[in-house]
Amino acid sequence: MHKKLIIIGGGPAGLSAACAAVDRGLSASDILVLERDSEPGGILNQCIHAGFGLHRFGEELSGPEYAGRYIKMARERNIEILTYSMVLSLTDDRCVTFVSPALGYTKASADAVILAMGCRERTRGALNIPGSRPAGIYTAGCAQRYVNIEGFMPGHRVVILGSGDIGLIMARRMTLEGAKVLAVCEIMPYSGGLARNIAQCLDDFDIPLMLSHTVTRIHGKERVQGVTIAQVDENNGRRPIPETEQYIECDTLLLSVGLIPENELTRGANIALDRMTSGAAVNQYRETSAEGIYAAGNVLHVHDLVDYVSEEAEIAGYAAADRILGKSKESKKTVDIHTGFGVRYTVPERIDLSRDSEPLKIFFRSDNVYKKVQLIAETESGKILAKRTKTAVAPGEMESLEIKSDDILDLIGTDDKFIRVYIKEFGGDAK
Amino acid sequence: MIYDVLIIGAGCTGVMTARLLAEKNCTVAVVEAKADVAMGATCANSAIVHAGYDAKPGTLKAKLNVRGNVLMKQLCRQLGVEIKEIGSHVVGFNSEDRKTLEGLLDKGIQNGVEGLRIIEQDELRAMEPNISPEAECSLWAPTTAITCPYGITIAAAENAVTNGVHFYFNFTVTGASHAGNIHYISNGDETVAARYVVNCAGVNSAVIASILGENDFPLSIIPRRGEYIVLDKVCGNMANSTLFVCPSGRGKGILVSPTVDGNLIIGPNAYPIEDGDDTSTTPEGLEEITAGAKKIMPSVDTRMAITSFSGVRPTPNIYDFFIEESKQIPGIINAVGVESPGFAASPATAEYIVGLLEEAGLVLTDREDYIPTRRPDGNHIQFNRMTDEERVEACKKNSSYGKIVCRCETVTEGDLIDAIEAPIPAVTIDMLKKRTRAGMGRCQGGFCSPRVAVLIAEHTKKSLAEITKFGGNSWLVSKRTED
Repeated sequence: MHKKLIIIGGGPAGLSAACAAVDRGLSASDILVLERDSEPGGILNQCIHAGFGLHRFGEELSGPEYAGRYIKMARERNIEILTYSMVLSLTDDRCVTFVSPALGYTKASADAVILAMGCRERTRGALNIPGSRPAGIYTAGCAQRYVNIEGFMPGHRVVILGSGDIGLIMARRMTLEGAKVLAVCEIMPYSGGLARNIAQCLDDFDIPLMLSHTVTRIHGKERVQGVTIAQVDENNGRRPIPETEQYIECDTLLLSVGLIPENELTRGANIALDRMTSGAAVNQYRETSAEGIYAAGNVLHVHDLVDYVSEEAEIAGYAAADRILGKSKESKKTVDIHTGFGVRYTVPERIDLSRDSEPLKIFFRSDNVYKKVQLIAETESGKILAKRTKTAVAPGEMESLEIKSDDILDLIGTDDKFIRVYIKEFGGDAK
Repeated sequence: MIYDVLIIGAGCTGVMTARLLAEKNCTVAVVEAKADVAMGATCANSAIVHAGYDAKPGTLKAKLNVRGNVLMKQLCRQLGVEIKEIGSHVVGFNSEDRKTLEGLLDKGIQNGVEGLRIIEQDELRAMEPNISPEAECSLWAPTTAITCPYGITIAAAENAVTNGVHFYFNFTVTGASHAGNIHYISNGDETVAARYVVNCAGVNSAVIASILGENDFPLSIIPRRGEYIVLDKVCGNMANSTLFVCPSGRGKGILVSPTVDGNLIIGPNAYPIEDGDDTSTTPEGLEEITAGAKKIMPSVDTRMAITSFSGVRPTPNIYDFFIEESKQIPGIINAVGVESPGFAASPATAEYIVGLLEEAGLVLTDREDYIPTRRPDGNHIQFNRMTDEERVEACKKNSSYGKIVCRCETVTEGDLIDAIEAPIPAVTIDMLKKRTRAGMGRCQGGFCSPRVAVLIAEHTKKSLAEITKFGGNSWLVSKRTED
């Protein structure tokens, strides 16, 4: 089988990329979206809470509603979405092997591939939490599926480890369903979730957020009977402080301890990854190190808001269409984007200078909480490309800086090999 | 009905014995306290088919280990279970270690282990590029193999059931009585009768021996726990063979080994514990095995861990396996203290036990209708082990093989349904996990476990609230309050 564009994943990123490719002039019949689940929409289908779409649609939608808009847009464009289709392997020359009940075991080639596989949750095993191995330990997303899709309760007395957004959302959800959420423990001195979720999901329900705390032991042979939690020592590698240990009786431990871009296929295709994002390293068109293979959404880096996923996937969709339609220009020079003080990672990781340069947004996360800051992007030789002042930044909230197209074109004429993104404190009491 | 043979305990020794007896004209039952086979030490160990150089020459342990190594490879082939003869190194770091290795070499030669030799640094480095630069030499044992201990035990149990063996799960032996040459084994509610009884109760084998009526049984079991960490498949090729630290006075060392499924396993330590059922892990223990593994291979990175677990060895208060017919109650065979290398030895231990049964008077003749495979129609291969052509065919024949449920380990709905409908129906999350590897991968069931639970509920016509992780009180979900 050959398709001009294969999109791996029919969640918000895949659907948005597919629609964008059609809008750019690619015929819908040249596009195949491979979705591993029974329906397109990805993880949005189980996110029944509101809060999606404020940026994209100017209104507050639920996850399924947001997904529904994109599914409708894809259907209107006659884009083929093959469900129950799991991609088993990908090569750097864009050969995709997938399996589905409808088509069986299939090999397909493509002129362009967009990776939109999303991310998965970190597990207990990845944290090596000591103790027994009973039933009742769930990732927050797994518990969310039981409650929202299957209609069952994964437990009644709940401790949540990690204050990622799904954990916060689940604290509220479990409470609304009659469970008692006893505590949310966060090993860091700040939450990894959005401020609005802490207010709406914890504060409104009097659920304690215990910062600088972790679970040190799980108890119970068959079902969780309790957990031991402890404060961690900020000055000693966040090791638990034994004197602060306390036992909490509970039947459920939910984990919201981070999301990992799902890049097994990417790795299999020998595509270069960014160690900080765990996603592919890309240029501003979201093209990876393999020609004609793009990546967008949570497979590239974990986003706070689906609205940004859609926006990013459009960029990849346009670029893939341009490539297929012969509109993109060959790359002659690139500059890398380096992270400076306070910046954990950026996306993109490099800028392609030889195409028709449009203004571009550099997305990034801070590596800590900083107050009264300037966010700065400058060239190797020190020319400021973008600068913004903020009262505070936190790792849980993505930041961005926009660079003008003229400035990008100017870079072609210089010897600068990289540009740098960094945070500058001007208030003094950074924490 | 009165069985010819009743086996207590469905670990590797019990199941291998049942399977071997199933080749003969006799009736066999297995009673097991847990909800599945391979729930004790068989499911939580290093997964190594040891070569047999470690055991003291002349002991039963030595004899059964060396023979078991050969038989295990044959049985894996017969039942379609993957086994890889990757060899092992016992790694030495100094001249004292070298002496220990020479001692092991000598023991191995006496035990009849083939291909053993001491290897020097350069060759060791060529074979194991990631080994510590401080490693000086090793004892190379080419016959060491890796397989999945519970995988082959489940396969053997299915082969046994296919040939008429009865399994009684959730059957905790609480009493026994004897009338003439018939033994009545009871769990309080139900009694199973047999002419011969084999005690393969692992960590509980000494307790079972006294329940069976042994007075002043000379052996006791000290449960010894060992902790392990399993690393992501991206680390699976860091070692080409099993790497043991040279044993020292401070106990058997820690190993680094690829697993047959492509992960990297590190561990174990060894600490006596009170409760043989306590398979917890501890922060100190996980740190200890991490440090031990880094000694052999400094690049081992436990940030790549996907899970950790611990297993409990049934360590006896004597050095050897104790496998004998009871002197007090004829017709009862006790297999007690079958600790490491009990798994590697198990097919040979089974042979030995069957020999003891015959000596005790059991008459065995070959069956003409014996089925050598897991199922009457052969050994079912899973999708993730099929060739491209087989995958194409499997999907054509049954479209549920085109539906992936476990993404990390590429387990299809067809594989899962096949296991649910197997001779021993897999009806808990962990039973399916052990049979298909659904939930064994890097996301640890985060994605597939709700789907697997739903599939079990659908096929067993139960509510999701009735499905458990591994039986007992290991419930997954309950009904919503308003329902």
